[in-house]
Amino acid sequence: MIRLDHITKVFNQGTADEKVAIDDLSLHIPSGDFVTVIGSNGAGKTTLLNLISGTYFPDNGAITIDGTDVTRIPEHKRAKYIGRVFQDPLIGTAASMSIEENLAMAEKRGQKRGLRWGVTKAKRERYREVLKRLELGLEDRLRDPVGLLSGGQRQTLTLLMVTLSIPKVLLLDEHTAALDPKTAHKVLQLSREMIENYRLTTIMVTHNMQQAIEYGNRMIMLHEGRVRFDVTGERKRNLTVDALVKSFGAVLKDETLLTAAQ
Amino acid sequence: MASILRILPISFEQGLVYSLVAIGIVISFRILAFPDLTVDGSFPLGAAVAAKVIISGYAPIWGIVLAVAAGFCAGYATGFLNTRLKINSLLAGILIMTILYSVNLRIMGRSNIQLLTYHTLFTPMESLKISRFYLVIPFFFIVAYGLKILLDLFLHTDMGMAMRATGDNEQMIRSLGVNTDRMTLLGLGISNAFIALSGALVAQDQGFADVGMGIGTIVAGLAAIIIGETLVRAKTVRAFTLAAIVGSIVYKMIIAIGLRLGLAPTDLKMATGFMVILALGLPVLKKEKEGKLHLRGI
Ligand SMILES: Nc1ncnc2c1ncn2[C@@H]1O[C@H](COP(=O)(O)OP(=O)(O)O)[C@@H](O)[C@H]1O
Ligand SMILES: [Mg+2]
Repeated sequence: MIRLDHITKVFNQGTADEKVAIDDLSLHIPSGDFVTVIGSNGAGKTTLLNLISGTYFPDNGAITIDGTDVTRIPEHKRAKYIGRVFQDPLIGTAASMSIEENLAMAEKRGQKRGLRWGVTKAKRERYREVLKRLELGLEDRLRDPVGLLSGGQRQTLTLLMVTLSIPKVLLLDEHTAALDPKTAHKVLQLSREMIENYRLTTIMVTHNMQQAIEYGNRMIMLHEGRVRFDVTGERKRNLTVDALVKSFGAVLKDETLLTAAQ
Repeated sequence: MASILRILPISFEQGLVYSLVAIGIVISFRILAFPDLTVDGSFPLGAAVAAKVIISGYAPIWGIVLAVAAGFCAGYATGFLNTRLKINSLLAGILIMTILYSVNLRIMGRSNIQLLTYHTLFTPMESLKISRFYLVIPFFFIVAYGLKILLDLFLHTDMGMAMRATGDNEQMIRSLGVNTDRMTLLGLGISNAFIALSGALVAQDQGFADVGMGIGTIVAGLAAIIIGETLVRAKTVRAFTLAAIVGSIVYKMIIAIGLRLGLAPTDLKMATGFMVILALGLPVLKKEKEGKLHLRGI
């Protein structure tokens, strides 16, 4: 489903701030895989997702999604394949626009947008039904601007927005990191349900080793822009946080990762 | 007092014509969060085009149509500098505004065209010898309010919502498949089409087009939307466009009253400038979280 061939991404090339964020990275993710990604801060996790989504173009290498070479295809044209939830809950929704408007915009992901009325009665009723299932009381606040919601509510809404138009690929970037533990758990459960129901090819970046082991059928660890560790199936199921820390403690100097391990 | 009452219909009329400028500024500053300074050039551009068409002997309606098209192109040009050539939004507007000064002179062939002896859009209305209050003012009201409603409708379509999201959260709407550059180009085009339309109407209403008539348009328009938003307590799109109309009328009335009370006409732009500074600065001085205008690109 996703194929990265010898991808390199350098920021601020030729300046004192030059930074190789992704370094000759190759990765093949077959359809239906649920990959978790760990790695210390600055390992290149977000950049990897940004390259797949087309937010940035790589300096070298090729990216293929669902058999199409998308290497030079701009982000907005890749959107029809890709659903995304960002780390920052504020990024996934438009604050000044209402809940129903955000949902309607998401439902049109990757499609032509013409002069048809944005939020029809039929749509509104449908949104009310799907919002009910979230049990956040949002079904009664369809016309409220999203800016009035809490971070957790907004992140849940962003996740729901993805399901309104099922993507081929789902990119989750530490999407529960900014939430309180209870909300984080709920959003994570919802993500898992969604991924399983629609058999979404998923890349989930997480800061939490336990989560990375528990979720998905494959786990990769990024370090300095390269895949340092790639484990699937049986071996992944048998992984423990302790074993990971033992093997990679020196690489994963990251405090959050280590505290999550204790 | 009586004399103040007598000037009110005139400022009401002016407020309505200029409300198209304010609506244009709502589109750029409010909807797109793009601080577009093309305004001071696109307003006289509309006037110049309309005047030239009229003195060339064509029907005034063609002047309006061409003015709107020219305004759209001017906004599109500013958008092009910003989105394609990556020039800072403020600078892009200033560049096009400056270029338009020469363009406007070229269109008119001189710095001033008088239209009093020509057949304009208003000649038929004025020849009826009915008070302006019953013809010209309702005409402007229908134009301003009608366009406001059309714009409101547009901004609630799929495309219009994508445009609003472009100003609100560019990253989000791009990840949903919208070409945000195109939305910016289209939005700035529509914004300046409104403004040029206002210029074309003002030129015919006052009976002349002048290359200098655009100076201060942006500041006056900002003053109008700030006043309007305070009065209307605008939160929704419909309220923002309504605020533009209300604010524009109230602004013109304040100015008229100010002039009556002894404000020198030469100090008008300074007074307006201070009004805007006050409105933007006061919330900051009172340590409110956010200033009144949310700008992108600076
Ligand atoms: N837009 C950017 N401009 C410059 N440097 C960047 C940019 N985005 C990321 N980087 C740098 O690239 C490296 C990888 O960043 P990132 O992918 O965000 O790491 P992670 O998500 O794994 O913490 C970091 O050193 C970061 O500073
Ligand atoms: Mg990151």
